[in-house]
Amino acid sequence: MTSGVLNLVLKRLGIAAITLLIVLFAVFFATSMLPGDTASILLGQAATPEAVAGLREAMHLNDPAILRFLRWLVGLLHGDLGTSYANEMPVAALIGGRLVNTMKLAGITALLSVPLALTLGITAAMLRGSVYDRTVTVLSIGVISVPEFMVATLAVLLFAVYLRWLPALSSVNEAHSLTDLVRIYAMPVITLTFVISAQMIRMTRAAVIETLSTPYVEMALLKGASRSRMVLRHALPNALGPIVNAIALSLSYLVGGVIIVETIFNYPGIAKLMVDAVATRDLPLIQSCAMIFCLGYLLLITTADIVAIMSNPRLR
Amino acid sequence: MTDKITNWTSADDAMVENAIRRGASRRELLKMLLAGGAAVAAGSLVLGRASQAVAAEPVSGGSFKAAGWSSSTADTLDPAKASLSTDYVRCCSLYNRLTFLDKDGVTQMELAESFDSKDAKTWTVKLRKGVTFHDGKDLTADDVVYSLKRHLDKAVGSKVAKIAAQMTGFKAVDKSTVEITLADPNADLPTILALHHFMIVADGTTDFSKGNGTGAFVLQTFEPGVRSVVTKNKNYWKSGKPYLDSFEFIAITDDSARVNALLSGDINFAAAINPRSMKLLESQQGFELSKTTAGNYTDLNIRLDMDPGSKADFVAGMKYLVNREQIVKSALRGLGEVGNDQPVSPANIFHNADLKPKAFDPDKAKFHFQKSGLLGQSIPVIASDAATSSIDMAVIIQAAGADIGMKLDVQRVPSDGYWDNYWLKAPVHFGNINPRPTPDILFSLLYASSAPWNESQYKSEKFDKLLVEARGSLDQAKRKEIYNQMQVMVSEEAGTIIPAYISNVDALSSKVKGLEANPLGGMMGYAMAEYLWLEA
Repeated sequence: MTSGVLNLVLKRLGIAAITLLIVLFAVFFATSMLPGDTASILLGQAATPEAVAGLREAMHLNDPAILRFLRWLVGLLHGDLGTSYANEMPVAALIGGRLVNTMKLAGITALLSVPLALTLGITAAMLRGSVYDRTVTVLSIGVISVPEFMVATLAVLLFAVYLRWLPALSSVNEAHSLTDLVRIYAMPVITLTFVISAQMIRMTRAAVIETLSTPYVEMALLKGASRSRMVLRHALPNALGPIVNAIALSLSYLVGGVIIVETIFNYPGIAKLMVDAVATRDLPLIQSCAMIFCLGYLLLITTADIVAIMSNPRLR
Repeated sequence: MTDKITNWTSADDAMVENAIRRGASRRELLKMLLAGGAAVAAGSLVLGRASQAVAAEPVSGGSFKAAGWSSSTADTLDPAKASLSTDYVRCCSLYNRLTFLDKDGVTQMELAESFDSKDAKTWTVKLRKGVTFHDGKDLTADDVVYSLKRHLDKAVGSKVAKIAAQMTGFKAVDKSTVEITLADPNADLPTILALHHFMIVADGTTDFSKGNGTGAFVLQTFEPGVRSVVTKNKNYWKSGKPYLDSFEFIAITDDSARVNALLSGDINFAAAINPRSMKLLESQQGFELSKTTAGNYTDLNIRLDMDPGSKADFVAGMKYLVNREQIVKSALRGLGEVGNDQPVSPANIFHNADLKPKAFDPDKAKFHFQKSGLLGQSIPVIASDAATSSIDMAVIIQAAGADIGMKLDVQRVPSDGYWDNYWLKAPVHFGNINPRPTPDILFSLLYASSAPWNESQYKSEKFDKLLVEARGSLDQAKRKEIYNQMQVMVSEEAGTIIPAYISNVDALSSKVKGLEANPLGGMMGYAMAEYLWLEA
């Protein structure tokens, strides 16, 4: 690693930190703009003015929101995520188990979909214009076009309701063996793989095709390199940048964007927690979830950037 | 097809039951049902229900998994804070109330042995002896005093603070006697204390995460917004109950996901099924539906204190313009009972059955609109998903208005913040009211001059007087008479149009037995856990 690369990386990390701060502020202001506050929402229809005032008093909600937000930020620096307004539990405890669940789901999906997408994308690029290539292209466009709630619902109808092979709910707490685990994760993982693979396949294919038409790949061909060596050794490293970026974008969706899959399979992940938190205007919880989504996104994008930099000899 | 079964009355059930006792064959029964106008598919559902009543003794054992329709991180085991069906179900399995409402809406004793009062103002409550909490502590008068007094503390954030405020004095006379003093006489106290929020917790409890109650089940796991698991309380004071070894409750917000989980056998019980899913369930073997009309309603509120509601003819016109039958048929898809513009539902013992719903009459409506001088002007009507089915109702009323030249401009607003920003505020808007156990609570909350939720700003001194009179009287016949009169007044004079009482339909596996309707709502008034059993 030369100092140039180090500089670039440090710069990226600095930008990431600033982005995070901006996002937290934006989320805070968006939350403040929403009508209703925690006390009135917790009381629901029974919110008479005096009841709301009493509860606000009891929950210490009378300080200006910006003060509470800054207090939360200061707490964050000490590694404290604060306490949920809605049920007075530490936010860390609420998020903990669900973050693990989300990570599990995202991890398994990534392990399945990334190799699959790369293989399909690269082979389609190598066999450009063949029946195989067209099939892959058409299928991936088709899958992109089907909304995920439909994929998920059809999967449930087929595998859970009619065939009874798989459970309709993904109750992670009841997994006691490897078989259980496979049965529970099968449908959500398949659904998510459908959703994110298509984009990766198309990006990989496009990037590899582009580099295949460059002079140095032609040179390798003239030197008598085999087709597979030409692709894997000469073309792929140069196509890595855009491919890794596509992978990062697709995977970042798995951190916070899987609300539909969580809803349909009743999977206790972090996306639904954030939706709940917004519904009750639970500021500390909203902020913590937003921070985690943003961190996940930044981590993936920054990693992708760094990989792209490292794979580019001119930047190295 | 689905609206056929909703015509089914308890009388029909009795007829089928008698036939089964006489040993009628399934074929004969189906004939009977068809003669009664119920379709074959519905017939098998009803058969399931009717034969249940004749079924053998309940069997103990088994684990039961049910799914409600809503949950959030604000889920709580503190009865005072309970706000969602999810909370009620959990609290009912862990705690007991002093009284409860049975399937006919009659108040029965639970932790109390008796309620006595000479003037309806000072009440002596004798407690049942030999009842213990899950942690082994005996139930005493102190627990009851603490549980009831909590609601008066603003910091608790009780959902029933307003109703509890009438209780001004609490005294533990001895270990098993409590004296409750009210600000004004109220004959309904035993019924009021059957509300879920008045569950009895142990004296001094501030941390409710353990769910320490006297109820049928003991808490094992509770994750807010995810699930709860409770197991049989072996020392439960009701002999023989509960039947289930364990009861798990989750929420599946997505309607079709909830039905699919029932169909795939992941759960035994899915609460609040939407009418679209009913057809799917009826076509499958091994499932049943249970319908409850408890008195939840969506109403069209016309404020009498501002334009256009300040013109009496506009309100009268609107009452003729609302096609109640059509609303039940299409907006509620047959799952409801036609209402007559007053809040006391047919499930309530004080319901005035002689008060007939206003007939749909566009000509009369047009006449009144013309008289009010508003015909041809555009009147905004606010509707939202927050008030169940209000969008569909608004569209039906709008179409009827268009036919006679009355322009109603339906404005659809988001549910988020609806109760804060539009409800009670807009001149013409929709509300939604959950079931309440007594006419007194309904009227005090919604129609008295000082009512906090006076949806149409209805003010009548005569009405207020009658309300106090009925509340303080211990003479049941006289109360019935007064409440009948008050229902007529609300129906005729107030600006709230209540087109229908909305039914709730729960779906369950045929293996589940013991479910009955209850005036406090679906899932047996949320208290099903201790009554249900699973067929071996």
